[in-house]
Amino acid sequence: MTAAHNLMAAGLRLGYRDLVVIDGLDLTIPPGRLTAIVGANACGKSTLLRAMSRLLKPQAGQVLLDGRPVRRIPPKELARTLGLLPQSPIAPDGITVADLVGRGRNPHRRALSRWSRRDDEAVAAALEATRTLDLADRTVDQLSGGQRQRVWMAMALAQETDLLLLDEPTTFLDVAHQIEILDLLVELNRDRGTTVVMVLHDLNLAARYADHLVAIADGRVHSAGSPADVLTPATVRAVFGIDSQVIADPISGRPLMLPIGRHHPRPD
Amino acid sequence: MTALRAPNPGAVADLAAGRRARLRRRRVVIVVLFLIVAGALAVALMVGQTFYSPAEVIDVLAGRDVAGASFTVGRLRLPRAVLAVVTGVCFGIGGVTFQTLLRNPLASPDIIGISSGASAAAAFAIIVLDLSGAQVSLFAIVAGIGVAMTIYLLSFRDGVVGTRLVLIGIGIAAMLDAVTAFLLEKAPQWQLQEAMRWLTGSLNGASWADVAPVAVAAAVFGPLLASQARGLALLRLGDDAASALGVRTERTRLVTIAAAVGLIAFATAAAGPIAFVAFLSGPIAVRLAGPHGSPFAPSALVGVVLVLVADLVGQFAFDTRYPVGVITGALGAPYLVYLIIRVNRTGGSL
Repeated sequence: MTAAHNLMAAGLRLGYRDLVVIDGLDLTIPPGRLTAIVGANACGKSTLLRAMSRLLKPQAGQVLLDGRPVRRIPPKELARTLGLLPQSPIAPDGITVADLVGRGRNPHRRALSRWSRRDDEAVAAALEATRTLDLADRTVDQLSGGQRQRVWMAMALAQETDLLLLDEPTTFLDVAHQIEILDLLVELNRDRGTTVVMVLHDLNLAARYADHLVAIADGRVHSAGSPADVLTPATVRAVFGIDSQVIADPISGRPLMLPIGRHHPRPD
Repeated sequence: MTALRAPNPGAVADLAAGRRARLRRRRVVIVVLFLIVAGALAVALMVGQTFYSPAEVIDVLAGRDVAGASFTVGRLRLPRAVLAVVTGVCFGIGGVTFQTLLRNPLASPDIIGISSGASAAAAFAIIVLDLSGAQVSLFAIVAGIGVAMTIYLLSFRDGVVGTRLVLIGIGIAAMLDAVTAFLLEKAPQWQLQEAMRWLTGSLNGASWADVAPVAVAAAVFGPLLASQARGLALLRLGDDAASALGVRTERTRLVTIAAAVGLIAFATAAAGPIAFVAFLSGPIAVRLAGPHGSPFAPSALVGVVLVLVADLVGQFAFDTRYPVGVITGALGAPYLVYLIIRVNRTGGSL
């Protein structure tokens, strides 16, 4: 089972040169839970995820993992605790699924050590968990979009981290593959206690799957908490600037947001 | 540490078997390339105006005195062949490092101006400053690094994009080649032979003094690059994914670029920019050995085969003796055209 890790951000200012996208953000990730970060396009969700996994240096404030600033943790050590699946990783030409997933073992390998049986086991387990074992010897360029995304997930799983950050893991997937990926994350969280933090585009899927919802607006956390507390017409108005109605999802009982456009009849 | 459910032992065995099978082809290719190198080396030592038998060559290599052969083989053919081997290694590894790092087969140092810079500086040192030996190498290296930094800075805008860097590099290469051509115009007749090598690359008149600096460079930068092989392989997943897997991306990039520039510059200082060897070795090696495993060893061997065989062809296949760079240039140009046509067809990034 996993150890619980505390990941938090304090007084974070993030940006690229003169462009500040996140300013004065405080955030605590509940350990052992599934957190979804939502917000409008270009609100800094991905930037926040990059900063939390030490890829981006904050202009101010810091990200702490178990009380230590992540920028001070040696990269390989951090990569054994915290994994990140970026939005658009690149598959090298001709690489097989097994080899790509094997790249996830890097943080566990010493400089001159050979590939071990333990590495093979971790890769096999990751392929089984993502149902991609039968693709192991295929090259990544032969795969469909849904298969490819599962293979990238398998790479992140082979890394065997207690914390897993994912940047829009379901984008470009059809609804069946979206559900497949999200179900997998729930299993990972439920069975292994992995703390999952994901940026999601789809508010309703976020509310359906996450234990903890974080809505970002104007460079800071607008609201955070259980989906029922966070996903309200007021939040949708503040974060996305549209009117909406929120009802109870008949399947899960979680809140379900129905957007109201200019051309739809208003209720009552 | 989060471990998943224990995998099926059969699946683990299959994975291990698949991995070994993928690397088997690479191992076979490496052995075959090694044999070709050994064969070409033997020919290079035996064949010439006078033919010496394997026994005589072995005697010379063992340090025994053989009339005629000791001079011809020991002083002329051996340093030339060794220089071919060492520069082949340097160009092969240096080239594939750039191509891998920038994810672009056109981003090899002989296309993007690094060889041209080293070359122009060497020609300048010889013709204008009347220098020789190690001082020329020093000039070539400083210029190589200078050009690499210039291209990097000019193409930097929110990160370096391979295509932009290649285009800027091609422009800089053209400028530097013009500088070399200009310097050659000024060269006195008796220096022309020497200076001509800076245009295409040549092993003519190779001596142990030429071999020594490149050999040291290969011995220092080669292992340094090899130590970065894993990081380089991970960088191919993109910077974010590599960082997330614990790679210090900036440091890896800096060390690999510096080492690759060092290899190219030292080799260029000794033999000139032997045309297209850096450009061709990596893609040929990957085609032969497959995309699995580090490309360094196969690329180094392909580089050696290219230089050794092209030098033999240049010396003996025609009525006139051609410098090695003319032969490799004739091989490389069609491949360059092919790459550009392919880019045009797919319309995609290079």
